[in-house]
Amino acid sequence: MRTILQGSLLPPPPIKLSHSSLLFSPSHSHSNLKFTSKSSPSPPTITMASIKVHGVPMSTATMRVLAALYEKDLDFELIPVDMRAGAHKQEPFVSLNPFGQIPALQDGDLTLFESRAITEYIADEYSEKGEKLMCPGCNKVKAITKVWLNVEGQQFDPIASKIAFERIFKGMFGMTTDPAAVQELEGKLVRVLDIYEARLSKSEFLACDCFTLADLHHLPVIHYLMGTDSKTLFESRPKVAEWVKKITARPAWAKVVDLQKQ
Amino acid sequence: MASIKVFGHATTTSTRRVLLTLQEKNLDYELVNVELKDGEHKKEPFLSRNPFGQVPAFEDGDLKLFESRAITQYIAHRYKDQGTNLLPADSKNIARYAIMSIGMEVEAHQFDPAASKLAWEQLFKHIYGLTTDKAVVAEEEAKLAKVLDVYEARLKEFKYLAGETFTLTDLHHIPVIQYLLGTPTKKLFTERPRVNEWVAEITKRPASQKILQ
Repeated sequence: MRTILQGSLLPPPPIKLSHSSLLFSPSHSHSNLKFTSKSSPSPPTITMASIKVHGVPMSTATMRVLAALYEKDLDFELIPVDMRAGAHKQEPFVSLNPFGQIPALQDGDLTLFESRAITEYIADEYSEKGEKLMCPGCNKVKAITKVWLNVEGQQFDPIASKIAFERIFKGMFGMTTDPAAVQELEGKLVRVLDIYEARLSKSEFLACDCFTLADLHHLPVIHYLMGTDSKTLFESRPKVAEWVKKITARPAWAKVVDLQKQ
Repeated sequence: MASIKVFGHATTTSTRRVLLTLQEKNLDYELVNVELKDGEHKKEPFLSRNPFGQVPAFEDGDLKLFESRAITQYIAHRYKDQGTNLLPADSKNIARYAIMSIGMEVEAHQFDPAASKLAWEQLFKHIYGLTTDKAVVAEEEAKLAKVLDVYEARLKEFKYLAGETFTLTDLHHIPVIQYLLGTPTKKLFTERPRVNEWVAEITKRPASQKILQ
């Protein structure tokens, strides 16, 4: 596995973090949804990887994609995006994602963004490689997986990523945590985790009895929250605690975490 | 005897997303009303269908689902050869499918949060005797405008969001757009020529008209 990472992350000044609810100026030039889009200018390094990820290891959305790539044992190049300089809001990046958010992924001619669309592509395109990230089976089984994929995206992440923002990212950008906001958000998160507790009492992983994208998508935000006082919400629910332990112990996830340390 | 049942409320955007899909596919179904004003969605037996206490829930034979966008995807795949094809023309092409997936994620994470808040502030709040918060409307309209600028650029190159054909990506937008067209937010759509055309196209479809009845 070759990854190319240039430089280390310096403490940035207060900037808007790439968060799924924050929007940036769209590109008025190219449509990058075409899967035969113009490729962006190549970085100055020479690489054999046909898969390129534009993002940073600190970003939860980028981590989601990296986790899927490692689970599948795929070679890729990680091309850092200078968030501090606002590179994600400018060309050439906005030709990759007109919403100006990391990550974007290039696989040969194909350009994708939205981390959960990227991971689904990886799971489908490379279904024969590495870990299977979807429940094996017919339409009905796939449908259950989609339910829990949507649960992560619509029920868990909006709340959990705001808590991570309050407790961790705000501090990095010189802002202060709002304890009232954290309390309110945690009040909502526990209701979601109670549902997870019930679900995991009936199913080994969220969608079925195997590890799928529905579990994987949770890893980056859970990873951050487990390093804060919010971890008690997970630890106090036995099935949830067991599930967190299982998914964070996966070797592929350890590789993603390692990238942050470089 | 319909094997397909939708447990929801015909006025909610999420229930309509599912009804639209069923209509596009000419599928028989039974709509079982969930009385939201009585809090039926927050109690049993509904919670056994969706522990998150939100409409709609769905049943096809012994398969039980929730989350409207999971339900629509199930219907689109399972009944692929019936009625309107809501997947890309060549759905086995993984790259093409991925482009549609991007559009579905964008609708769910970029478009809908702002659009739903605008519908809530300007329409649904009145039902509950609450007043519109104009500051929120301004803030959410600014966000929605940025998304629609991206859509405008996209629709200059393609007829629909995922390509040349109507897909789930477009469909997912329809219910909340139908509501917003009855508010001042309509201007955000009408002042962008390609977006305006796209809105007209998708809302005039027979299935789109049917769910308003």
